[in-house]
Amino acid sequence: MIEVKGLTVRFAGVTPIDDMSVVFPGGTCGLIGPNGAGKTTFFNVLSGFVKPAAGSISAFGEDLLRMADFRRARWGLRRTFQTEMAIEKLSVYDNVAMIHEHSGAKRGTRRHDVATAIEFVGLETPSTTKVGRLGARERRLVELARAVVGKPRVVLLDEPAAGLPEEETSHLSAVIRKIPGEFGALVILVDHDMSLVSACCETTAVVDFGKLVASGPTAEILRNEQVMKAYLGTETDI
Amino acid sequence: MARAVGGIDRRLAVRAVLITGALIFVVFAVPSLVGADWLTTFASVSIYSISALSFGILYGRVGMISLGQVALLSIGCWIGARLAYATHIPFPFLLLIDGLITMGIGVLLGLTSVRLSGLYLALITLMFAGATTIVLSVTDFPNGGGGFKGRTATGVLSTSTPPVRRPSIATGDTAFYKYIVVVTALMFLLALVHVATKPGRAWASIRESEPAALAAGVNITLYKLWAFALASFVTGVAGCLLAAQVGVPRAITFQTQDSLTLAATSLIGGIFSLWGAIVAGIFNQLLPFLFQAQWNINSNFLLILFGAGLMQVLLTAPGGLVDQFPKDMAKLGRFVWHSLRSLTRRGSAS
Repeated sequence: MIEVKGLTVRFAGVTPIDDMSVVFPGGTCGLIGPNGAGKTTFFNVLSGFVKPAAGSISAFGEDLLRMADFRRARWGLRRTFQTEMAIEKLSVYDNVAMIHEHSGAKRGTRRHDVATAIEFVGLETPSTTKVGRLGARERRLVELARAVVGKPRVVLLDEPAAGLPEEETSHLSAVIRKIPGEFGALVILVDHDMSLVSACCETTAVVDFGKLVASGPTAEILRNEQVMKAYLGTETDI
Repeated sequence: MARAVGGIDRRLAVRAVLITGALIFVVFAVPSLVGADWLTTFASVSIYSISALSFGILYGRVGMISLGQVALLSIGCWIGARLAYATHIPFPFLLLIDGLITMGIGVLLGLTSVRLSGLYLALITLMFAGATTIVLSVTDFPNGGGGFKGRTATGVLSTSTPPVRRPSIATGDTAFYKYIVVVTALMFLLALVHVATKPGRAWASIRESEPAALAAGVNITLYKLWAFALASFVTGVAGCLLAAQVGVPRAITFQTQDSLTLAATSLIGGIFSLWGAIVAGIFNQLLPFLFQAQWNINSNFLLILFGAGLMQVLLTAPGGLVDQFPKDMAKLGRFVWHSLRSLTRRGSAS
């Protein structure tokens, strides 16, 4: 469980996150909101790239904000980025092994763990292939394998399906749905693709202007009138 | 999976055999095939390819542009000469100590890279190269005298200077050439071990994206300094070899622009492959020799050639010659094959 209380982030004159309080209970949680709502900034706070002005984040009972940024990976925090960041010059195996090496997981299990992660995401290309030679779909899967290797506790997925055609998104959503059961990690999924969010997430939180608008079971949230107004725009608005 | 791993092993084995074969050829066959002046040039090629290797580690692997690598080489050369005159420690230890001291200096230089990158890091390291040239022109190289500078006032062109000593097992030119090639191979092996394991993967992730590396738990400061440490160590060793190779090193032979030429030739050779460093060494040392000593052409024309080559690489072949040349040859091979086949077909049809 991740508990966020009164989180505030200020950049010069902008307040991308404004006194936000939200709870991610476990499993796969959606985080949605219009552009500029503060979703990626929230991920950056979790990763330690952005220091909040106020507030606290407790992840499984630990104070995440007091942890040095590069130690959070060892603790079990994984993330992907909006623009895919698999390492082009390295092979698929090395891409995943690199995360394992810095995760604090045992060296002896590396080969096995990496192979398991690659198999889990359903990547069929040989693991010796350089990532630079892969297509968009395979690269996204490599990123996903990087996010689940080496005992993850929290997996942050920032628009993992961006730029993928619809038929490829369905495989991705099946993989994402299996992460909590397979690895025991809490997944937070940010995406604009509502079909992906409703297919993957049991619960969803909606943010707008850096504040929580609503949170609860995904099906209810997507019917919520306030959410429609904030995020999708109601028919009368058009 | 098992088959894939077996595949790598076989490819690795073939590679290892080829490299060992090439090394044996270069060490044992080449000295009997060429004259003394060629051998001296090949020794320089070997030494400068270590220097290019250090540039390749920093820029090709981590993405840090250092334009001070020949300056570090000259520092390694100075330290090597100083230690050789001052002590009687065996040559392999001399190489090691020189490498370690140069490594210390390189890590200090590398501290700037923690805060600076890109153009600013390039400028700072170039300034370092400039400063080194100036300091060297004042102190000049040791010639066996006393004091910190290890210099007696014999005048620059004095012939009474005893040369920097060579290892007792390789005092002759041919033997020392072999020694240099073997040490060079060891330095490349050291780099290969780094690149193929944990530090190499961490460097690649830093080069791809620092935020992503940070999110992956990579201690960026540590790994950047590590890269500078490795690059400076091998450069220090190369400098020590250079001191013993030329015997009487002179400040005038090290210019600030050499660091720039090294960067250019490294890019032309290919910075993403360790082979590129060897090509860079050839461009840096063999071509000037060919131009000047063999063909009587002013070797300054080489700068134009390097400029054109660099432009070609930056525009069309970011992987450099070692990446592009095999592709081009394969293309040429296919072209010849297809034209031959169509010719014979036409021949049989008529």
